[in-house]
Amino acid sequence: MIAVWKHELRSYFHSLTAYVFGAGLLLAVGLGAMLYNIEAAVSNFEYALSYFSIIFAVIVPILTMRVIAEERKQKTDQLLYSLPITTTQVIVGKYLALLVVYLIPLCIVALYPLIFSQFGDVYLLTSYGSMVAFFLMGAALIALGVFISSLTDNQGFAAGIGIGVILLNYFSVSLSEYVSATAFGSVAALCVIILALGAVIKHLTKNETLAYGVCFVLVAAVGVTNFVNGGVFEGLLPSIMTKLSLFDRFTGFVNGVFDLTSIVYYVSVIVFFLFLSIQSLEKRRYN
Amino acid sequence: MIEISHLTKRYGEHLAVSDLSFTVDSGQIYGFLGPNGAGKSTTMNIMTGCLSATEGSVRIDGHDIFEEPGQAKKLIGYLPEQPPLYLNETPEEYLRFVGEAKGLRGSELERQIDEVIAQTGIEEVAHRRISALSKGYKQRVGIAQALLGSPKVIILDEPTVGLDPIQIIEIRDLIKELGRTHTVLFSSHILSEVQTICDQIIMIAKGRLVAFDTPENLEQHLLSPNQVVLTTDAGAEEVRALLGGVDHITELALEEGEDGLVTARIKTDLSSVYDLSRALFFAFAAGGRALLELTVKKANLEDIFLELAEADDGGLEAPAVEIELEEREVDGE
Repeated sequence: MIAVWKHELRSYFHSLTAYVFGAGLLLAVGLGAMLYNIEAAVSNFEYALSYFSIIFAVIVPILTMRVIAEERKQKTDQLLYSLPITTTQVIVGKYLALLVVYLIPLCIVALYPLIFSQFGDVYLLTSYGSMVAFFLMGAALIALGVFISSLTDNQGFAAGIGIGVILLNYFSVSLSEYVSATAFGSVAALCVIILALGAVIKHLTKNETLAYGVCFVLVAAVGVTNFVNGGVFEGLLPSIMTKLSLFDRFTGFVNGVFDLTSIVYYVSVIVFFLFLSIQSLEKRRYN
Repeated sequence: MIEISHLTKRYGEHLAVSDLSFTVDSGQIYGFLGPNGAGKSTTMNIMTGCLSATEGSVRIDGHDIFEEPGQAKKLIGYLPEQPPLYLNETPEEYLRFVGEAKGLRGSELERQIDEVIAQTGIEEVAHRRISALSKGYKQRVGIAQALLGSPKVIILDEPTVGLDPIQIIEIRDLIKELGRTHTVLFSSHILSEVQTICDQIIMIAKGRLVAFDTPENLEQHLLSPNQVVLTTDAGAEEVRALLGGVDHITELALEEGEDGLVTARIKTDLSSVYDLSRALFFAFAAGGRALLELTVKKANLEDIFLELAEADDGGLEAPAVEIELEEREVDGE
């Protein structure tokens, strides 16, 4: 695992990837700090973090697009399979290397509140609390990016899907106001999600019976629940969209609430997508 | 050393490897021979843990590759068909990563890196980017990677494909050298290559084991020459008449060229094909006709596989060579 970690880190710093990512992150936070803390003289540093957080939609895919897709394209994944290391070690090693690349610009950002506190009252607790949440949110998005990269051998495709998914997540709260809040709308949306889940299962396991079975059971469950107690689905879709949003949860931290459930949510997302990435890599052995 | 039993790999409907069983002993060079698409790479990928098997097991020195992958993989060095190289690194950086991943540390790591670099002869390019190296050197870096961690078995998938003749000779010499200290299993679809280097030949076609023997035995029994091709300026009818006086001709094909010459392909059931050549020579001499060309045609691998493929397409279960082999086994007893 340490070998993979060191190897990945070296490759990020030998190429432009780490620098582009770091520059993008520093630019976004720097702009936020300039506009809020310097121009508008607001003493809350956490606003600077949230101001340009949409930058993640660009820099995370840049960072993660090649992580597994490139191994597949160059056929170096065969080397990883034949080495006496497990796929879990490969994925975790790669992920930890990505986290280091992410932490380095954050360490620079961590100096900003200290600098600002020389010139006024900065509430350091919310600043650093938000920074922890900011780190975890980015880490969750990176885990998502790793998973997307593990699905394809085309970097461009991985980047495109990554940008799309992160943007969707970013705007999901605003979008949730426009989607149907009726029970029927929620049921329909749930069915679509179930079918998408079935497609993912089919892609990962190549087992049609399992995919159709899962779809059928879930759709039946939704149907029965709707029949027994339709009220459950009232307004379900907008609330799911809000709950799933990684960015919306970050707003809570910026407002000064260190919400442990959100921390748990971020960590769960990280573990979930790393687990899926491992399965996706493992699946290649069974194709 | 390597025990493969009842290995089967299915891709949906397609059967890539079918009930393959053989055992590889230590200290020899094994040639894994078969036409493209015979299942060589699939078998090698399964042996090295890169691919799962549908059925069957692979044991490396008693360790099952699926149940104890960590221990089994430490015993194997593998070079896949396309060398798995990180192109924007230097061979030294690359080997350091592979060495660390194989669990080497500190001075032992440095020692082994230097050793494999010397062994594969890549000293002068060790600090150049891999993407700038020639194909021969890339292949060497791939082999160097397989040698790290001093594995007992080296598995090379078509190590000479795509190289120029000089590079091919160099890689063959390297394989021979490795054979002195390791068990080597390498695949190829070139018969002569396998014949010159290997102690044992494992031949597969359509995912099945067709032959497993020493090159000498295979050559004697499977590839013994039984065909003579001659060119003469006599007419086709005349040739037919002349050949009518020669015994032991099992098959005859005549071909009239535009230049008025006739080419005859003659097969025999004689144990020595030279007896046929001799008889042909005297028959033509007695008839007062000239033999412009007389060639003994050795059966080559391509012919055998063509035969196998035809047998298979014709719906026959047992390919021709397999029958021949079984007969030979009976003869041997």
